[in-house]
Amino acid sequence: MPDNLTTIEEILERKSHPVVRDASIAPTHDMRELLFDLEAKGEIIVQKVPEPYVEFTTKFGRKKKIPIEHTWHHKSCGHCGHIPGYASSILWLHRQFDLDYHDPTDQTSCTGWNYYASAASNAAGQASVMARNFAAAYETGYFPLIHCGTSFGHYKEIREQLVHNQELRDEVRRILGKLGKPLVIPEEIVHYSEWVYAMRHRFAERQLVDMSPITATVHPACHYYKIVAEDAIYDPEIYGGQRTAVVTALLETLGMNVADYSTWFDCCGFGFRHVLVQRDFTRSFAVLRKIEVMKNEANPDLTVTHDTGCVTTLDKSQFAAKAHDRKVGIPILSDAQVAALAMGAHPFRVVQFHWHSTDWRPFLEKLGVNWQKYWDEFQADLDAIRAGTKSGITWEDADQPIHLTA
Amino acid sequence: MPTTLENWNPGKAEDRHPEATYEEKERLFLEVKSDLRYEDFLYGCYECGICVSACPSARFYDFSPRVIAQAMAREDVERIYDILTEDIWNCAQCFSCVRCPRQNNPGGLVTILREVSIKNGLQESKDALQGYSRVIYKVMLKGNQVSPDMLQPDFFPDWGPWVKNFSENMHVWRKAIPMDTIRGITDVAWRVERKTLLELYTIWFESGNMDIIKELDEGLYDLLADVMQEELEEG
Repeated sequence: MPDNLTTIEEILERKSHPVVRDASIAPTHDMRELLFDLEAKGEIIVQKVPEPYVEFTTKFGRKKKIPIEHTWHHKSCGHCGHIPGYASSILWLHRQFDLDYHDPTDQTSCTGWNYYASAASNAAGQASVMARNFAAAYETGYFPLIHCGTSFGHYKEIREQLVHNQELRDEVRRILGKLGKPLVIPEEIVHYSEWVYAMRHRFAERQLVDMSPITATVHPACHYYKIVAEDAIYDPEIYGGQRTAVVTALLETLGMNVADYSTWFDCCGFGFRHVLVQRDFTRSFAVLRKIEVMKNEANPDLTVTHDTGCVTTLDKSQFAAKAHDRKVGIPILSDAQVAALAMGAHPFRVVQFHWHSTDWRPFLEKLGVNWQKYWDEFQADLDAIRAGTKSGITWEDADQPIHLTA
Repeated sequence: MPTTLENWNPGKAEDRHPEATYEEKERLFLEVKSDLRYEDFLYGCYECGICVSACPSARFYDFSPRVIAQAMAREDVERIYDILTEDIWNCAQCFSCVRCPRQNNPGGLVTILREVSIKNGLQESKDALQGYSRVIYKVMLKGNQVSPDMLQPDFFPDWGPWVKNFSENMHVWRKAIPMDTIRGITDVAWRVERKTLLELYTIWFESGNMDIIKELDEGLYDLLADVMQEELEEG
């Protein structure tokens, strides 16, 4: 046997120690304690969650702080590139409550999509990209609110790596030194859907569209609750605390009927590399394990999720499946888009339904929304832009909520 | 022959890839094992199969996260080389497998295997990523993974007539978005400052990321390095 592999003696020695089961050494811990320890040693800066914040219970009981405003919007490639109504709905919701936020241009992608697709990077590179973005947020005084589920999961995992590896911290600090930036890690890594969860009752207070005719299914995003699983929000009132509470709690608060289906734990089929260059896998999985199962078991009017890749995959995969007579035809939205619509956001200027390919018209008709009227308004906007009499749609055109069913 | 500590080889794989020497396969495995994340991703394997039952790729391909965890735990060098050359690109990286009761992270092990495969220039990885290079170019140079102008009918024919409708209206649709950071932008997802991009390029060079690209695709490296170095020199 080669010298440098683990020897049988080493295995026997390892196995000679009894397994200790003790709640005090359970694998989950409060990451913040470790962060503050490192800050006390002068290794990092911990950016504190700004007031006002709300605390919610995570999977194993830790209280997580969710900031309500003064947030730095860490945008998502997939939202902004291919589903812009997702990002604009998140900001529109902030604007409805006059919440202070910052939409930066000093932000790059987390590059996690690329890393999970190609592995053409390394731990130091990925951690440095995260740390550069966090330092940029810290410089503005705003607290990061992460729009993308993959960025959220990826950053949580990188935070674990940084906290537990001196060597990696040293390397990232060296790289950041070239940029003149300190190593900053926020006290909490917060996903926007946690902010939506925190705000849901305030949304309901201003709800203009009755959502009770709608039956929806929920696809919880893998990278939200499977990566560093202990840092996702759970609530005993939602699925008995056995699944993450975000998204579902919002829909119930808005009066929707949330229907269950057996493959809720399955991923959407995104696959990172697959969705871009090997979509036979993506299409098949999205349709056979998600959409068709939902159709058979719940026949929903809508599926709601909270990540970039999930909206894209579940929405765009349905077209080709029609050629095989599969049961498809469920429109897909994010929780932020649903909340904005419920509060009277313009379906096209804000929610941007026209970027979604699975037919969303029956869903709007069931709500009593005359989508044609708003589409005609939007077409007039586009005509004005084409004619050069309008440079584009601004928040001034989009901020005002509408009684969509009037 | 009686089993001794010297010849004990429980359930280990046969050599299916004689084109690589055992020493080379072992060197690659030890590179995987030396990754700082390895110990956090592997604690042993009960062989219960919970990871397989949750794995989307196991439903679609001849792929098993259990075999990956098992081969790693046994340090089965031959099997690990099979995985490196045949399996790793089938993983969807969803991390459904982390519901492992032993707290393994087979998806994370795949990430390390992929990194090692690319750093060492394994042809199978070059083949798997051949059609993907333009996305690497986009994200490393522009700081965004995707952009509206990627949505072309010849690239996404299976997304239906929506793609054609979109691409014909892209420029005007992009102007009809209320966010200042997105409005009118078509070649990136949002507007990224030049200073920010220069910082990103510095990270790619300083972290050794550009060396990885050089090993993966020399043409891509030349394209990226030319633009980045010129931009960095201009400051």
